[in-house]
Amino acid sequence: MDAHAAHHAVTAAAPAFSSRPEDIAWFILLLPLIAAAGITLLVRRSNFLAATFSLAATTTAFILSFVLFLTFGLGDATAAATPFAWLHAGDLAVNLGVTVDKLSTLMLLVVTGVSALVQVYSLGYMHGDRSFPRFFVGLSLFTFSMLGIVLADNLVMMFLFWELVGVSSWLLIGFWYEKESAADAAKKAFLTNRLGDFGFLLGIILIWAAAGTVNFAELSQKLGAHPDLLGNLSSVAGLLVFMGAMGKSAQFPLHVWLPDAMEGPTPVSALIHAATMVAAGVYMLCRVFFLYQVDPAWPVALSFLGSISALDIIAALGGFTALLAALMAIQQNDIKRILAYSTLSQLGYMVMAVGCGGPDAAMYHLTTHAGFKALLFLGAGSVIHACHHEQDIWKMGGLRSVMPKTFLTFALGTAALIGLPPLSGFYSKDSVLLAALENGHPVLFGLGVLIAAMTTFYMVRLVLVAFLGTNRSEAAGHAHESPGSMTWPLILLAVPSVALAWLPLGDYLRHHFFSDHAHHAAAVSDEISVGASLSALFGGLNQILFEPFNHAPLPAVMGTGALLIGAWVAVTLYWKAERDPLPKLLGALARGMKNRFYFDELYEAVFIPLHDLVARFADGFDRWVVSGLVVRGVHGSTELLGRTLRILQSGNLQTYTFLFVAGVALVVLLALK
Amino acid sequence: MQVGLHHYLVVSALLFSLGLLGVLARRNLLVIYMGLELMLNAANLALVAFSRYNANLNGQVMVFFIITVAAAEVAVGLSLIVALYRKRQSAHVEDLTSLKL
Repeated sequence: MDAHAAHHAVTAAAPAFSSRPEDIAWFILLLPLIAAAGITLLVRRSNFLAATFSLAATTTAFILSFVLFLTFGLGDATAAATPFAWLHAGDLAVNLGVTVDKLSTLMLLVVTGVSALVQVYSLGYMHGDRSFPRFFVGLSLFTFSMLGIVLADNLVMMFLFWELVGVSSWLLIGFWYEKESAADAAKKAFLTNRLGDFGFLLGIILIWAAAGTVNFAELSQKLGAHPDLLGNLSSVAGLLVFMGAMGKSAQFPLHVWLPDAMEGPTPVSALIHAATMVAAGVYMLCRVFFLYQVDPAWPVALSFLGSISALDIIAALGGFTALLAALMAIQQNDIKRILAYSTLSQLGYMVMAVGCGGPDAAMYHLTTHAGFKALLFLGAGSVIHACHHEQDIWKMGGLRSVMPKTFLTFALGTAALIGLPPLSGFYSKDSVLLAALENGHPVLFGLGVLIAAMTTFYMVRLVLVAFLGTNRSEAAGHAHESPGSMTWPLILLAVPSVALAWLPLGDYLRHHFFSDHAHHAAAVSDEISVGASLSALFGGLNQILFEPFNHAPLPAVMGTGALLIGAWVAVTLYWKAERDPLPKLLGALARGMKNRFYFDELYEAVFIPLHDLVARFADGFDRWVVSGLVVRGVHGSTELLGRTLRILQSGNLQTYTFLFVAGVALVVLLALK
Repeated sequence: MQVGLHHYLVVSALLFSLGLLGVLARRNLLVIYMGLELMLNAANLALVAFSRYNANLNGQVMVFFIITVAAAEVAVGLSLIVALYRKRQSAHVEDLTSLKL
């Protein structure tokens, strides 16, 4: 069955929904923008109306995404939308269009779903804030930008929305702009991202110059037909594009912005810095994964890299980031920062999976991670809210009994994150480990297992210290459960955290990436459909639950083992601990972890002076050359000329006459000569 | 001595130069005006001399036109000067500076 026919078969199966999928996708994309514009222009002063607008738009977008997923995503087709021309310059033609396929419909669900829940949560969390409507404008604008990245059908359009995401995240991190640290964090996030975006842009230009198109479908087709199209720049192009992902997904060495971004309101952290924006980098890598499947080649200057491909470098960077962030997370005391470093670490995991040639595993982990990490952040927000904005876990404790709903959901999220079978995190983490093992990266596999143990360690530490034991401060003693608008999203998010992996999501993604790459080692399952997934859910649940142990027991057993070891160490150290025993045990290493291995200080010592030097030079150039020489020069010479000519206009009639006669005489003289 | 074209032209040039000198050097409007008339008549003299030299009446016809126009111009110019004098109590070019910045 070819793609076109499949498309029709799917839409015919749902006659109640006869619009074309790309039209629905456009609608989903524009809904949050309409909400943002509507709130800004019409109801900026009304808290109630602003929240209603925003929530209505996002919820509708979620429902439409769900319909799109069921009617179209489960099918086999790809719909490219009627693109309209946005830019024509020479040979460059940029259209605005949408791509609707398995990948984007799944991501649409993640983005709109988390966004809707976060907005419900914000009703409670942001209650009483002076700029309540502005917050919802920011959330809507962000959702719009993120959906743009998800749906973009070419690199330039993706870059546009990429920047829009940067702007809206700047707006949201700096939401409490009167707080200096928040304003600084917003700037830091934006500027660090710009650094990555610069590489991304260079990559786009390079690809366009070599392939003559920026459209994903055309590019994939061209590269499929001519794997040597990019010549010896293929790996460089891949790495430049990866730089964009490095910024957005906070990979080493551009990871420093993410922990600071926790200065924003907690719902923002949940939406942007856990579920969506940071996932954009991974999503983008999956979207352009065909770019990494061409023959690896390096230009002469980089030929010493030999047979190392761009993917290998990506995998190594991802693994390193994951390790680094997990180490840092172990010694953080701020509840949000622990989660931030955990996010970093998990993002490193996903990037590592992409680098190991498993974009399906990366997307799988991204999807489940979006659910349970959003849950964890929202849970942390609930705790912070209850403890009167106390974020130090050593000043909490004993919250289990006073905040039962938050504790239960937080514990479920933790269990999912550390990969306790049969929760969702176990399966996605397992698929990442499997991807590393199957594609010949045993070192990264070992690293992954180690990180899994560390993840368990710091998450169990967090739960033990913050929720169990006795309360260690006044604020924690007076804590009480959060309102329903905050606990319901937690409960709703707990469902996918637990059960998401019981759906055959792994097969779904494998099918997207590898259905037409028969040479790939991964088992390509049969075509799946609503019916098949339902029967799998009810009939073969058993089979799904134990699939990892049957299919590839090594990663599953190792992952579970890592979990047990990490949990055991954490419980031994932190059960009823009054203060952190680690600094004494590890000494300098613990200090390093706590201080984030001095990366911020290093950057401050190396890059900031360098940047200042460049800035001073640019300032001098602007002041003396542009402003002094060019602008003042033009202005000065014009004025001088004017002053000279002014002397001629003496107002003396007889001078004019004299000049006139002298002129005539001159003309006559010349004429007679 | 035979008086030829050259002599007429020299006189005409002298008259023109004297008129121009008057226009350039004198400050009184009335005198400048007289200088202008002198220059007109220098041209007339040259035209008449050329007309005679070429045995062609076109030059003399031109002179009649010039005399007529000059008469009209004198009427307008003098009345302007008189009006100006009545307004300003002066006919000196240095005083006519109301158009200057």
